[in-house]
Amino acid sequence: MARRGKLILQAAAVLVVVLLVVLLGWRVAEQEEGRGLDDALRRGERPPPPALIFEALDGEGEISLADYRGKAVVLNFWASWCEPCKNEAPMLEEAWQRYRDEGLVVLGVDAQDFRTDARRFVERYDLTYPMAFDGNGKSLGRFGNTGFPETWFVGRDGRLVGEHFKGPFTQEQLEENVRVALDTPLR
Amino acid sequence: MRRALVLAATLLAAAGCGGDDETPTLAELEKRYICPTCQTTLELSNSPIADRMRAFIRERIAAGDSASEIEEALVDNFGEGVLAAPPKEGFNLLAWVLPLLGAAIAVGVLAVALVRWSRSRPEPGLSRPASANGPALDPELESKIDEELGRFDE
Repeated sequence: MARRGKLILQAAAVLVVVLLVVLLGWRVAEQEEGRGLDDALRRGERPPPPALIFEALDGEGEISLADYRGKAVVLNFWASWCEPCKNEAPMLEEAWQRYRDEGLVVLGVDAQDFRTDARRFVERYDLTYPMAFDGNGKSLGRFGNTGFPETWFVGRDGRLVGEHFKGPFTQEQLEENVRVALDTPLR
Repeated sequence: MRRALVLAATLLAAAGCGGDDETPTLAELEKRYICPTCQTTLELSNSPIADRMRAFIRERIAAGDSASEIEEALVDNFGEGVLAAPPKEGFNLLAWVLPLLGAAIAVGVLAVALVRWSRSRPEPGLSRPASANGPALDPELESKIDEELGRFDE
């Protein structure tokens, strides 16, 4: 009986250790996924972006990248307290207005921010493109983002394309990458 | 075991309450929340979002909110990751109970090991040291040695 109890205790201890290792592995794999995206783009590969579902900033439902399959997407991570984001916002709005009829969607992801501040920012810069909210910033790690702003481009086939901007982009860079995303054939 | 768990739960509940009904101060609350960009408590962070969170806390304190109301607002915006210590409920309770349980098990294992070790030691006077430095000799071998030594004396 004592021997059986000892065996159960040992099995439970092994199980706990295995669970901890699995949790650690899962966490590391999740972080590696983000780091890998940027490397893959640099190598000329076209990885799919992480499948994420965001809360809409206006509180009306959810937003997912999968909703825009067949369209080119400019995915811009921003925060109301980020200075360069203030310069980028009008450029993004202009691109959205100019190319939306061609099939472009600009998706802003406000992260690590107060909803109220973000909504004020949207109002102040008169932004009309879809806005997602990620208060705890979980999506940042999934993409391997390390700061604000960061911008990715998604082709019509739902895969990342073009450049990944870690920091602000210029008007020319934005135009060039929007063109690349729009010209991606739908597979 | 059940008594130990009840005691742990009582201690946790006692630690959980207190202070929330009084008007909180910024200095108190800065220690409770994590800056989402730098992953340190607000008191240690100078990032823009940490400054904004401090301003938010100040505004809410001035508006007469309690600590729990402010916490609720911050968690609603930034998620539970904003809490420096996990909430004492649901799955997060494990984070509080497991270290206590681990310490209790470690003490128990140590106590059992000490008792076993002390029991396995031979009581003084019962042992039969054959030499000052070595272990007791096999009785058969000892009688053989005596026999040989006796023969040598002859």
